[in-house]
Formats: sequence, C-alpha cells, structure tokens
Amino acid sequence: MQSYASFLVIGADVGGLQVGNMLVQLVSFLILLALLKKYAWGPLMNKMEERENHISNEIDIAEKNRTDAEKASREASAELKQTRQEAQSIIEDARLAGQKQEQQIIEAARVAAESIKKSAKEDIEKEKENAIKALQDQVATLSVQIATKVIEKEINAQDQEKLISEYIKELGEER
Amino acid sequence: MDHESPLYHDLWGISWLDFNLSTVAMTIISSIIVFIICVLASRKLQMKPTGFQNFMEWIVDFVKGIIGDTMDWRTGKVFLPLGLTLMAYIFVSNILGVITMGVYDHELWWKSPTSDAGLTLTLSTMVIVLTHFYGIKIRGVKAYGKTFVEPVPFLFPLKVVEEIANTLTLGLRLFGNIFAGEILLSLIAKLAFSFGAISIVGAIIPMIAWQGFSLFIGAIQAFIFTMLTMVYMSHKVSSDH
Repeated sequence: MQSYASFLVIGADVGGLQVGNMLVQLVSFLILLALLKKYAWGPLMNKMEERENHISNEIDIAEKNRTDAEKASREASAELKQTRQEAQSIIEDARLAGQKQEQQIIEAARVAAESIKKSAKEDIEKEKENAIKALQDQVATLSVQIATKVIEKEINAQDQEKLISEYIKELGEER
Repeated sequence: MDHESPLYHDLWGISWLDFNLSTVAMTIISSIIVFIICVLASRKLQMKPTGFQNFMEWIVDFVKGIIGDTMDWRTGKVFLPLGLTLMAYIFVSNILGVITMGVYDHELWWKSPTSDAGLTLTLSTMVIVLTHFYGIKIRGVKAYGKTFVEPVPFLFPLKVVEEIANTLTLGLRLFGNIFAGEILLSLIAKLAFSFGAISIVGAIIPMIAWQGFSLFIGAIQAFIFTMLTMVYMSHKVSSDH
C-alpha cells in the first residue's frame, strides 16, 4: 500500500506561490523583453519594413518603366505610321510629277512636230510656186522666141506695113 | 524518487521572500536561451533572407497575424515585441522540461519553469496589468472607465470578476498543461525503473509518444497564451469591441 501510494504521489512540487520566484520571473521577463526588443525584434522588424518599402519602391519603378516603355512604343509606332504615310505621299507625288512631265514632253514633241510639218509644207508650197513661176517665165520667153522666129521667117515688108498701119489705126480709134 | 523543490526561505530575513531555486534557475536559463537564439537569428540581417532569418521572420509574421486578427494593426503594432517575447519565452520554457528532467539530491532542479503556478500567474498578471495600462494610455481614463459600466452599470461587479478570472485562467491553463505533461513524463520515467530492464524497453515507446505530444502541447500553449494576451489587449484598447 505504501509503495503503491508512493508510486502515485510524484512529489513534484506544484510550485506554491513563492513571492521571490514571482519577482525574479517578472524582472527577468521584463529584462528579456527589453533586451530582445533592442537586439532582436527591433532590427528584425526594421529589416522587414525596409524590405517592404524596397519592394513597393521596386514595384513603383517597374510600373513607371512599363508605362514609359508603352508610351515609347506607342510613339514609335505612330512615328512609323507617319513616316510610312510620308513615303507613300512622296511616291504618289513623284508618280504624278512623272506623269505630268510625260504629258508635257509628249505635248512639246507634238507641237514641235506640228511646226516642223507646217514649215516644211510652206517651204514646199513656196518652192512649188517658184518653180511654176520660173516655168511660166521660161514658157513666155520661149513662146516669144518661137513666135519671133516664126514671124521673122514669114512676115514680109508688105505685111509689116499693113500690120503697123492697122495698129496705128486701132490706137486712133480708141482715142 | 520523490522529488522536492529546492526551496530557500526568508532571503535577507524577510519573512515572505521565499524562493524556489529551481524555478529561479530555469527562468534565467530559458531567458538566456531565448535571448541567445533570437539575437543570433537577427545578427546578420539581409535583404534577401536565408535560413534562420527566414524562420524568425515567419514567427514575426505569425505574431503579426495574431495581432492583426484581434485588433487594428496601427494600435496593435506596439504589442508585437511583447507577443513575440511571450511566444518565444513560453515555448522555450515549455520544451525545456520535455527534453529532460534533472534531479539532484532528490530535488527537482531541471524542469519547465512554466510548470510552476507562481510563474505562470506572474506572467498572466503582468499581461492583465499591461492590458489595463495600455487601455488607459491609448483610450484615456474616461473611455477606459466606461468599459466597466457598459452596456449596463450593474454589470460592474461581473466586469471586475472577469478581470480576475482572466488572470487566473490565463496563468493556470498554461501551468496545468505543462505540469500535467511533466507529471506523466516523470511517471513514465518512474515506471521505466520500476521493473528492471524489461520496463525500460517497454517505457521507451510511451516516453517518445508523450514527449512528442508534450512538444505539441508546449507550442500550442505558447500560441494560446499569446493569442489570449492579444485578445484581452484588444478588449481594452479597441473602441469597437
């Protein structure tokens, strides 16, 4: 019975309420709290806060960079579009100018050809007239010569007399 | 195998100033252990945490979560060191007695300091006093006094009783859990030496099982103590409760 009882009674002290214990406990806990706050929790919390700020900073910067990049890309694409439009308009202008020049050249050539044709025609006409005139002159001269020769051969003094008188008579009648 | 406490009576001839030397020693030992661990962990702090620092930051975040659950973080920020110290100190104290028990000359020297009711009640009283202190400091005397007569004045006696009950339950819950664990551990140890070699082998398995469970209990009790501290604190410092 005795051994059974001693088996159950551990004899571990519940502790009681020794005032000294309590004071030691209170003081040591408060000292621990102060020391840990100064040497462990303080630095740790500061570091965590610092990291939090750092991260939020980094996020802000990244956000800003992204916005900048987007803006730059938008600008670049707008510029590219504008440049393309300009190039298009330059090509269009060049094409129009080319067409115009072509028209002008053709027109000028046509005018030149026309004028050359005209002057050539005039020349031909003139030459023709000249030729005709020359021919007429020659024919007249020739006919006179022929006539002279015929007359020289056939006319005699009698006839000549008669012709002259007739001529004079005619003149007189006319008056 | 009866263990007694190494008591020291009447220091400096003061009749009420008694000491349980083992509790005093264990209190100081666990304080030193907690201090060394925490200072080692926060010595080389880096922006990119590794290893031990990660673990400590996890604990800080954990206690932060406890505080954030019970009250507004802006008012609760000042209680973070208190919560962390309570948690670390109580956890280390709880597991000190699980690791081993030291008996010298039939006196129990090495144990959990938290298996002493005086110690846990000191802690809980300190916490309750702190809640009242911060209640006055943060909300002012008038608002603090008003909490005792709300919602109806005749509840005032109950409110006073509640404070005392909170103190007692907070301290005795911790004490009871740890003390019971230690009793069972020493019972198993006693059993192991009762019937020679067979009982030593037979006692190993329940010993391991109960030590594992005691570790769990120790962690849970540290968490509960911190949690309840913050709950009581929030009752005093938050105006919406």
